[in-house]
Amino acid sequence: MDLVPRILGGDRRAVARLMTLVESGAPEAKKALAELHPHTGKAHIVGITGPPGTGKSTLVDKLALEFLKRNKTVGIVAVDPSSPFTGGAFLGDRIRMSTVAMDKRVFIRSMGTRKKLGGLARGTNDFIRILDAYGKDIILVETVGAGQSEVDIVRTAHTTIIVEAPGMGDDIQAVKAGILEIGDIFVVNKADRDGVERTMRELQTMLELNPDKEGWQPPVMETVARDGVGIEEVVDKAQEHMAYLKESGMLEQGLKQRAELELLAIVREEISRHVLEKGVEREELDALLDRIMQLELDPYSAAEEVLGRLRDR
Amino acid sequence: MRKIRVLIAKPGLDGHDRGAKIVARALRDAGMEVIYTGLHQTPEMIVEAAIQEDVDVIGLSLLSGAHMTLFPRVLDLLRENDAQDIMVTGGGIIPEKDAEKLKGLGMTQIWGPGTPTDEIVTFIKEKMEPGARS
Ligand SMILES: Nc1nc2c(ncn2[C@@H]2O[C@H](COP(=O)(O)OP(=O)(O)O)[C@@H](O)[C@H]2O)c(=O)[nH]1
Ligand SMILES: [Mg+2]
Repeated sequence: MDLVPRILGGDRRAVARLMTLVESGAPEAKKALAELHPHTGKAHIVGITGPPGTGKSTLVDKLALEFLKRNKTVGIVAVDPSSPFTGGAFLGDRIRMSTVAMDKRVFIRSMGTRKKLGGLARGTNDFIRILDAYGKDIILVETVGAGQSEVDIVRTAHTTIIVEAPGMGDDIQAVKAGILEIGDIFVVNKADRDGVERTMRELQTMLELNPDKEGWQPPVMETVARDGVGIEEVVDKAQEHMAYLKESGMLEQGLKQRAELELLAIVREEISRHVLEKGVEREELDALLDRIMQLELDPYSAAEEVLGRLRDR
Repeated sequence: MRKIRVLIAKPGLDGHDRGAKIVARALRDAGMEVIYTGLHQTPEMIVEAAIQEDVDVIGLSLLSGAHMTLFPRVLDLLRENDAQDIMVTGGGIIPEKDAEKLKGLGMTQIWGPGTPTDEIVTFIKEKMEPGARS
């Protein structure tokens, strides 16, 4: 049976199955996503990122619980790295999400980064869209904050929480990864451990050095996610941030930016596919590559040639 | 491209997940996505996770001897949720006659302790060849 009406009707198996189709690049997934699109736009998307082991999954579990207490339904997407060599992945975030895993109002999906057409952000975007149409009020997206692709994922969120923990080495990891700018809320988790004050202070200092985001001042908060300490305050802040986005018009602006990013990414992907399918045969491509390797041709001119052929056909 | 997704779960009360983790690692190294849910999972938790994660295979690991109650419960719950297309396998200290009984109930394969991980990987891969799953 058609997945779309089942998803809109609240069938979690259909949600799970469409996610699989999306990940495997099945053609019917595109059509289903298109049909779901008018039913999206209601969820508050919260990205949670930071170095491994800081307690992100534990925090997600507790945040979800707090949102449930506030009568919100919750979708969770937990992203872990796939091996670039085998493509396999160990997805262990669910271990820490047992408090909410059995609640009927919660849906949790684990995702490997794989090698995704159109980048990782596209895949998570599609999962978010499905959960949004499925009716989840809050969508929590956990990623390991390490590089550009994670930054891209976070761009799809309305509110970004960056998680640090004391004793993870001398430097603030978010600074190293260059993701300080994208944080709306900073959480120092494992506040039961030594060195919290120092980590809090360092973060605060870094944020002060950073040219401040207009309007919203990112708070630095402490939590003991394992024991549920400080969670209400983080959820308060997240909701406050959403209210701020609405009032300031940033929400609209952000939506437009996001739509543009996504549209252009899809167009780029479709163009490359089109070129590779229609523009050049494999042998022609090999011939071009040969000439580039022999230094007879430069890649820019080769690209011109490929595009030229596409125009002629 | 379709990737094989496997849920490795430990039902029951025993606290040994070394074996489960070794299998999980082997499956990952063979290019599969392994969802690991940790210790002390109830059959309800296992089936719910399997459905949300849309896995192809469930691997149950159990050393406590409660396999004759917990494994059939997982099979029942899958059927109740109309999810009997998910392949269920198991590992642990399970007597031959129990293993036969469990297979009769719908488990696809049971492995004893010390089964080479290669054997498990090959078995799952063969079962998951295109067309093998509805
Ligand atoms: N001491 C302490 N440990 C915590 C806290 N929150 C999580 N942990 C532990 O930190 C480890 C990693 O947690 P996890 O949520 O998997 O981190 P992730 O890799 O960032 O998702 C686990 O052993 C957790 O039990 C906390 O507030 N205090
Ligand atoms: Mg995690």
